Amino acid sequence: MFVGVPTFLHVVLVWLPAVLTILLSFTFWTGINFGDIKWAGLDNYTNIFTKTPAFYDALRNNVIWLVWFALLSTPAGVLLAYQIDRQIRGHRFYQSAYYFPVVLSLAVTGIIWNFMLRSDGFVNGVLGRDIDDAISFFGNYDINIYVIMVIASWRHVGYIMLLYLAGLKAIDPTLREASAIDGATEWQTFRKVILPAMRPVNIIVVVITIIESLRAFDIIYVIYGTSAGLPILGVLVFQNIAGEGASMKGAAYAVLLFLLSIGPIIAYLRQQFREDVS
Amino acid sequence: MSGRAPVRGTQVVKDRFISVFIGVFALLWIFPLAWTLWSSFRPYKEIRARGTFSLPERFGIFNYTDAIERMDLPRYLWNSALITVPSVFLTLLFGSLIAFVVSRYSFRFNVGMLLLFTAGNLLPAQLVFIPVFKMYLNIGDLVGNRRFLFDSPWGVVLIHVAFQMGFATFVLSSYMKTIPKEISESALVDGASVFRHFWNVMLPLLRPPLASLAVLMTTWIYNDFFWALVLMSTDKKRPITSALGRLQGEYVTDYNLLAAGAIIAALPTMLVFFALRKQFVSGLTLGSTKG
Repeated sequence: MFVGVPTFLHVVLVWLPAVLTILLSFTFWTGINFGDIKWAGLDNYTNIFTKTPAFYDALRNNVIWLVWFALLSTPAGVLLAYQIDRQIRGHRFYQSAYYFPVVLSLAVTGIIWNFMLRSDGFVNGVLGRDIDDAISFFGNYDINIYVIMVIASWRHVGYIMLLYLAGLKAIDPTLREASAIDGATEWQTFRKVILPAMRPVNIIVVVITIIESLRAFDIIYVIYGTSAGLPILGVLVFQNIAGEGASMKGAAYAVLLFLLSIGPIIAYLRQQFREDVS
Repeated sequence: MSGRAPVRGTQVVKDRFISVFIGVFALLWIFPLAWTLWSSFRPYKEIRARGTFSLPERFGIFNYTDAIERMDLPRYLWNSALITVPSVFLTLLFGSLIAFVVSRYSFRFNVGMLLLFTAGNLLPAQLVFIPVFKMYLNIGDLVGNRRFLFDSPWGVVLIHVAFQMGFATFVLSSYMKTIPKEISESALVDGASVFRHFWNVMLPLLRPPLASLAVLMTTWIYNDFFWALVLMSTDKKRPITSALGRLQGEYVTDYNLLAAGAIIAALPTMLVFFALRKQFVSGLTLGSTKG
């Protein structure tokens, strides 16, 4: 009984809707009257793949997001954690400085960065540009994804850093001492001793990196609303649900998003439940 | 023996360089917040007239008082509290109930259930919200009050609890594994009922992870704006994070005022973070590495 109520809640509000969404992605529906649901087979999906160029734009942006996170933000977080763990001078301050963006709501983050990057904001001011002359960081299609990546990284680096830091504290200090006695440089120690010992956390970090890049929605919504300013999978789901032309294409997008995330999710579950299952 | 000294020497130089590098970046990291803070003390009209980098003539908290009055911020903060507090409480309660049963009582579905909850926590919200939205409306119609769950803080609380339960359960059950079984055994030998076993024996022992979880959950739920956005249609009922979006549109001409509003919205989580940093870190530790 202890268990029944919460489980019921969880299943009804999380799993049931997930299954329903998957089913709905195979239908045509405006979302208003249940009687209007019509079976559509794979039509929504073929529509997405063949008739919606925005889908490929969005996919491209998600991939850029993933690559940026994987090659820049996550490694930065990991290395930062390593250095802070070594307790270089000022490490307590650094920990807070890098992590605090994680603690802010994305709505606040959006306002802060909007402020920095507006036509009469800080960056344009430093570049010496007037309002008429200003760089439109969010509007310029060539650079806006990268601008968003900087903002997303502002948050992601601290998040990864703290996760890794937590894991590092659990590592046996004698490992590091042995490595130092052997005359290894810090970099060698990191690569050959620490990294392998951190395998569980490494997996988690990789999984989170992938999932966060696929799920990305909040920051885009805060800055662009539902306009087509920066297509990305998470927003496409939204755009196709509300308003005119509402169809279950949104559900199809959601399912695609989910499918892309399945790999990492399973990897995460396998890692966490290793002991229990064996 | 002689090979070590050069390595150590260059290491010190490298370390100093790294220190400086990280230090500079740390300042860069803080800068956007500092800039927003700085600007929140200045009137927008002045910036427009005299430029972004002008020296301040008027400098004070007028934007803040203005924001609190005009933007009705106290109401939104109250809405946030109305959603966050019950959500955190229920999540921790349910999480500990399930973790308790799963780790102390042998149950065929133990691992399966944990798996269910943890995986559920990872599902993208986009996969779930359409049916939840419809469900809320339909349950409302059934009960005779359309706004029973939809457009109500309780609806948002329920979905938050449903989603976050998994993480809480996982962390608490990991922690419970480290509590010796003897304690439970002696309680049972003393004839304690299941409830007493839970309430009087287990819960007090769970204080550390519960504290850490409370800190993490409060931050996450307070900061969320997606669910309130989707499941609430009356703006006046929304938590401050969701309302900021609309306020951004409404006050787009007075950005310094908005900056003050954003700082006010960020204060609760920042205070929690600075006061309870230790709990933050240990909460994440429990969640990411096992045991």
